[in-house]
Parts: sequence; structure tokens; C-alpha cells
Amino acid sequence: MFDSLSEKLESVFKKLRGQGVMTEDNIKEALREVRLALLEADVNFKVVKDFVESVRVKAVGTEVVQSLTPGQQVIKIVHDELVAVMGGNEDNGLNLSAKPPVAIMMVGLQGAGKTTTCGKLGRHLKNLKRRPLLVPADVYRPAAIEQLATVGRQLGLEVFNSSADQKPVDICSAAMRFAELNGFDTVILDTAGRHQIDDFLMNELAEIKASVLPLEILFVADAMTGQEAVNVAGGFNERLDITGVVLTKLDGDAKGGAALSVRAVTGKPVKFVGLGEKLDALEVFHADRLVSRILGMGDVLTLVEKAQSVFDEKETARLQQKLKKNQFDLEDFLAQLQQIKKMGSLESLMGMIPGMGKMMKQMQGAQPSENEMKRIEAIIRSMTPGERANHGIINGSRRLRIAKGSGTTVQEVNQLLKRFTEAQKVVKQLQKLGPKGLLKGMGGLGKGMLPFG
Amino acid sequence: MEQQEKKGFFRGLVDKIAGAGQPQTNDIEPSPTAGEPPATPSAGAEERPDSGPGFFSRLKNGLKKTKDGLVGRIDALVLGKKEIDADTLEELEEILITSDIGVKTTVELIRSLEQRLGRNELKDGAALRAALKADILARLNAHHSVLDTDTRHPFVLLVIGVNGVGKTTTIGKLASRFTGNGKRVLLAAADTFRAAAAEQLEAWGERSGVDVVRHKEGADPSAVVFDACKAAVARQVDILIVDTAGRLHTKVNLMEEMKKIHRVIGREIPGAPHETLLVLDAATGQNAVSQARLFKEAAGVTGIALTKLDGTAKGGIVVAVSHEFGLPVRYIGVGEAIDDLRDFNPQEFTDALFQA
Repeated sequence: MFDSLSEKLESVFKKLRGQGVMTEDNIKEALREVRLALLEADVNFKVVKDFVESVRVKAVGTEVVQSLTPGQQVIKIVHDELVAVMGGNEDNGLNLSAKPPVAIMMVGLQGAGKTTTCGKLGRHLKNLKRRPLLVPADVYRPAAIEQLATVGRQLGLEVFNSSADQKPVDICSAAMRFAELNGFDTVILDTAGRHQIDDFLMNELAEIKASVLPLEILFVADAMTGQEAVNVAGGFNERLDITGVVLTKLDGDAKGGAALSVRAVTGKPVKFVGLGEKLDALEVFHADRLVSRILGMGDVLTLVEKAQSVFDEKETARLQQKLKKNQFDLEDFLAQLQQIKKMGSLESLMGMIPGMGKMMKQMQGAQPSENEMKRIEAIIRSMTPGERANHGIINGSRRLRIAKGSGTTVQEVNQLLKRFTEAQKVVKQLQKLGPKGLLKGMGGLGKGMLPFG
Repeated sequence: MEQQEKKGFFRGLVDKIAGAGQPQTNDIEPSPTAGEPPATPSAGAEERPDSGPGFFSRLKNGLKKTKDGLVGRIDALVLGKKEIDADTLEELEEILITSDIGVKTTVELIRSLEQRLGRNELKDGAALRAALKADILARLNAHHSVLDTDTRHPFVLLVIGVNGVGKTTTIGKLASRFTGNGKRVLLAAADTFRAAAAEQLEAWGERSGVDVVRHKEGADPSAVVFDACKAAVARQVDILIVDTAGRLHTKVNLMEEMKKIHRVIGREIPGAPHETLLVLDAATGQNAVSQARLFKEAAGVTGIALTKLDGTAKGGIVVAVSHEFGLPVRYIGVGEAIDDLRDFNPQEFTDALFQA
């Protein structure tokens, strides 16, 4: 739905071409689209209302810049404004500067992902050369303590020994003493999930806070939360004065508009986002990226960063040499596939490229899936080095052998060879654009969707 | 300069929503939520009844927010307006969307109201409210049916959903409920991924004296299910409930894993699973529609369990999900205790939504 916000605005503004200034009248419809788009992304309706009003104020009277279409210009205003609301480029780091041990307290509704996030955060802190202690203080849910203990084992982190018959407050204060005596500098408290209207359990959190004086109280919020996000976050913030937010399960297809609501109602920054079930799937929050996600504009920055961190420089240099000499062969094709694979699922990568969301919809399954990637790999691996270097020599009987060897069919081998030939053509074209051709090519792709940035 | 302006806007937002300042008043679109959050925690807690018989009032309390939001807003919207015009309906559309009811359903509801408006059937707020209530109830009733586990033997119940919606807790409550009805129940711990998931299910099993078939962590869930099916047949249990790992519906591999679980069950016990229950968190917004769509495609969901209705969450999204995918809502979860699971009753649900 959302990927089409830019399209919708384009169509709304078609009739506006030739007019120099945006007025109250001619942006009314566009603002309605913006409002619906935000509502569909689960941004709270109060927040949307105020937000749209502020966009209206900004947009009215703005001259339409020659190089942009009015639709693009509104999107730009919306984008900038959203980024500003989400805290822009403010520092989202954890505040841990105090006499150790410092405590970090995780709070939130049931099933938001507190325990998993505790583990991820522990790992993150360990990478920052700190010595975290995980403290299970959820004595209500069956096997919650066991869950954190298991997570700790997997990460090689120490987990405080507690049992379900203890009081959570006692566990936490005992854990602080234990940390002090045993040289842990950070204590991560995993509390039980609770509703913000549950007075008894909210009091318990207040008691824990009073007894361990945590420097950080992180509210863990599910990215899929709907309009309720405002009430829940407001309730927790009021009782505990949270210091930050962790947005979990952002690896799904939820737009995460709840983050905007939470931020608006609490004024507290989103510090981390959870992007998967694996214990390394925690990232520092970037406002502009979430905003692009909400607006369906892709996430070029994350993609580029991922690519930079994964692409082996030497390998890339070698490939570039080959590209220059026009010797791109199947071996290189395979190497490229593997590098892409290292960056994560193909779908998530494609989704990050602006405009690709729309293209993927049009292709409807024509893009290679994870399974297809595996098959391609199997086929290339069933070729001799000679065949990989020069696919021209692959005749009928070789095709049959390759198909048998890789457990595929001759048709599939043919398809791959055809695709590869096409890829070679593309490579040749990119070659003409110069050394940075690839990036330029990508820039061109995104131009219509991302007129700024 | 610009930065300052933005901050100013933002602070204003915070104030308005947190209710620090005077709640914004607006004739057309009053905002009862504006001043409310501060009062919510204490007020909500005082009114929260003890667990036990007062289920209806409990549900009502859980739904209080929805009602406040929905009916309160609609009343305020219509109040003071002699006639209901198209503008009012447009505002109404926004209100429905923001009650998590879903964009598509909202548009449909509005269209129906518009038609009645055209026929001059809706003269005032009460009529508008009755019409809306009837429409929502009709939607929930259209696909409503209670789960009958006596039809097959053993009856296999597959429980699926995204992470953290309350699958295992729901299964614990189901097991207790079925054993309370004199059924022999077996649980399968096919969540082999999340740390201590099987332990969690075992703890629930112990509470109602039900056996759990489990493997080691990291085992193939289909293997657990295979064993569980064999055991269910051999031990002649009445109901086998399969717990699966939470999975985001967009993860291809995990959805394939779930299809395999489904296949294995069907192979071992022909016709099974007899019910594939999708668990939805009442706090979930528009994403629930996407969840239902993809889970239905992959595993042929046949029913919904709506959890965590004891909070302030509205659960309005089930109106959309049930209608859009023709799925009955079977159960609702209204608390963390073992008996906090109820049959879904469309009339009560809608009444609770609308009762003053």
C-alpha cells in the first residue's frame, strides 16, 4: 500500500504542473494521502493530525522548485519533517558513564521481545569491551528465567542465578551487589512483560527502579503495534520515566509507524532496532532510515553500509579488473552471488533499494528467491573450471551432465546461462559509464523516487 | 532556524498528547484520547476486577478503551449536528481507521453508512451508532463458528503466529480447558528454536497434567511433530495441540518449515491438522492483515485466537481480519491465568465495544 505514496502524490499533483506556488487548495488532496499513508502505517491518529498540520504550514506558500515535481516536493517536506520528529541525527547512544556497575532495565508489554533484546544488548555491550551481567527478573512467565539463561549460554555471557520463587526487587538488588563484587560493569535487568494499567506490576517496576537506580530504562516496543502504542508507551513513561526505546521485529513487513507515536508521546529517543531472531540482529537506530521505510522509499544507506562492510575489498578489486578487461565469467558470477548472500536475504536487500519495492511487486516472484540462489550455486559448482571461464563451450551433453550433477534440469541450466549472458551485457553497459558506473546506474534507478538525499 | 522550528513543533506534540496542556478542543473531531493517558494507569487499575466470574466486565474493561475511543468519538462527532453529512462520514472514516479496524473494512463500513444516509435512514447519532454496530456485528457473525473438537479422533490443533503473540500461553490455557472437559490431551513442543520454549510448554503441561512430546533445542520441528502424531495415535488421546516457533510471515524459509510441519501432520494423521489456529496480539495494528494473509496462504489457517485483551488494546483489527479472510475468531485471551481463555462471542464482543 505504502510503496505507492509517491505514486499517489504524483497523480494528485499532475494537475498542478505549471502552477508556481503550493496553496491551501491545491495541496489538500495530497495531505489527505499523506494522512492515510501514515494511518496505514499505524502512526497514532493524534500524532498524524498534528503532523499533517505542521506539513501543511510548511508546504503552503512554498515555491515549486523547477527540478522537482510538486509531489516530490511534498514528499521531501514530509520526509524532513518526519526525520525531525524522530529526533533527526541526535545521539542515540546508551548513557553508561557512572561508577560501575550501571544498570539497564528492560520494560514492556508481554511478547514485545524483552528477553531476546537483553541477549542482543549484552552481546552489543560485550563488543564494546564491557562486561555485562544478564539478570532474569521475570518470575511470572513459565521458563522465562531458563530462556535468558539459555541465551546467556549461547553468547558466553554470565547470567545471574535467580529462581521463580524470589521477589523481582530482591533479585535485582542482589544482582547489583553480585556485579559489584565480581567486576561486572553493566547489569541488564530483564523484567516480566506487563500491561501499563496493571498497578501491582507497575509498582513492582517502580520499586526496582528505586532500588537499583538504573541509568537506562529501555521501553521495548513491538514494531507491529497499532494505535495502542501511544497509551502503552505513555503509561510506562509516566510511571518510570523511560530513557529510550527499542523497536523490535522490524525485520517483518510492519511499517513501524508505532515508533513515531511512541516518540511523539514520550519524547524519548529510539535507541536500537531489532531486526531478527538471531542474537546479532540488533542495530543502532537511524531516524532517516525508518522514515524512508514508513514512506516506502527504501533504505539506500543501510544497503550501502551493509555492502561496504561485507564486500571483500580485494575480491572487489579483482572483479573490477576483470570487468575492465571484459572477462566477467561464471566464476565471478558465483563469487558475486556469495557476496550478496553474506549481506542477508535477497528479499531484504531488494526491499532496501528505492523503487525496488514497486518493481518487485510488478515482477511478482520473477526475482530470484533464496532457493533459486541455491540452485544457481549448485549449477555453477557442477561445471568444470573451463566451462566456468568460457560458457560458450557448454554444449548439449555438457548441459545434461551439469543438470545431473546439480540435481536440476537442462531447462534450468539453460535458463541460468541465458540469464548470465544478459548479466554480461549489463556489465558491458555499466562499463561504459566508467569506474563508478554501478553506483551511477543505481542512482539513476532511484532518481524518480528519491529526489533528495 | 529550521531545527528550532521543528523542535517547537515536536514539543507541542508531546504536550498535547501527554495532556500537559489544555487538551485541544475541536468541534468536528474531538479528541478524548488527548487528555487521557495520564489518568489511564491508576483509573484502569482500580476498575480492574479480580479474576473469576466477572469475565464480561473484565472484557468490557479491556475493551473500555476501544469504546471510549470509538463510541465516545462518534457521539461527540454527531452531537450538535442536526444532520449527518458527507463530511461527518469522512471524519468517521478516520476514526474507524484509527481504531485499528483496518483501512479496507473502514471504507466498506463507510460505504454502507453512506447508502443508508442516502436513503435518509440515519437521522441522528443514535441511528448512526446502531447502524455501525449492526454492521460490525454482521461482519463478525458472518464467519463465526465454535470449534468442535469431537469430530475427529485424535483432533489435531496446530497453533501458529508471529513472535511473542502468546502462542504457548494460549496452548497452556487450551490444554487446561480441554482436560477440564474430560479430554485426553497431548502437547507437541515444535518450537525448537527459541531458548527454553519447550520448558515453557512443559510448565504449562504440568499445571494441567498433560504430557509434552519434546526434542532437544535446535531439533527439526517436523521430527517432533512426527513423534507427537505417532504418540497421539498410540496413546489414543483426544486432542493433540502442536506449538510452533514464532515466525514473521515474511521469512520464506520459516514459512517453508511450517508448511513441512503441516505436511508431516497430514501424512501421519490423514485429514489433520483439523484446526490451524492463528494467534493474533490484540495490540497489533494493520500488520495483522498481512500476517493473516501470508499465514493463510502458507498453512491454511482456519481460525483465530485473539490474545492480550486484558490490556488497553482494542483488538479492532479482528473485525477486518475475520471479514477479509473469512476466518472465525475462536478464542480470546483475557489474562495470564490458566483459565483466562474464553470462547469468542461476537455479540458480547460488539456489545462490549459499544456499551456505555
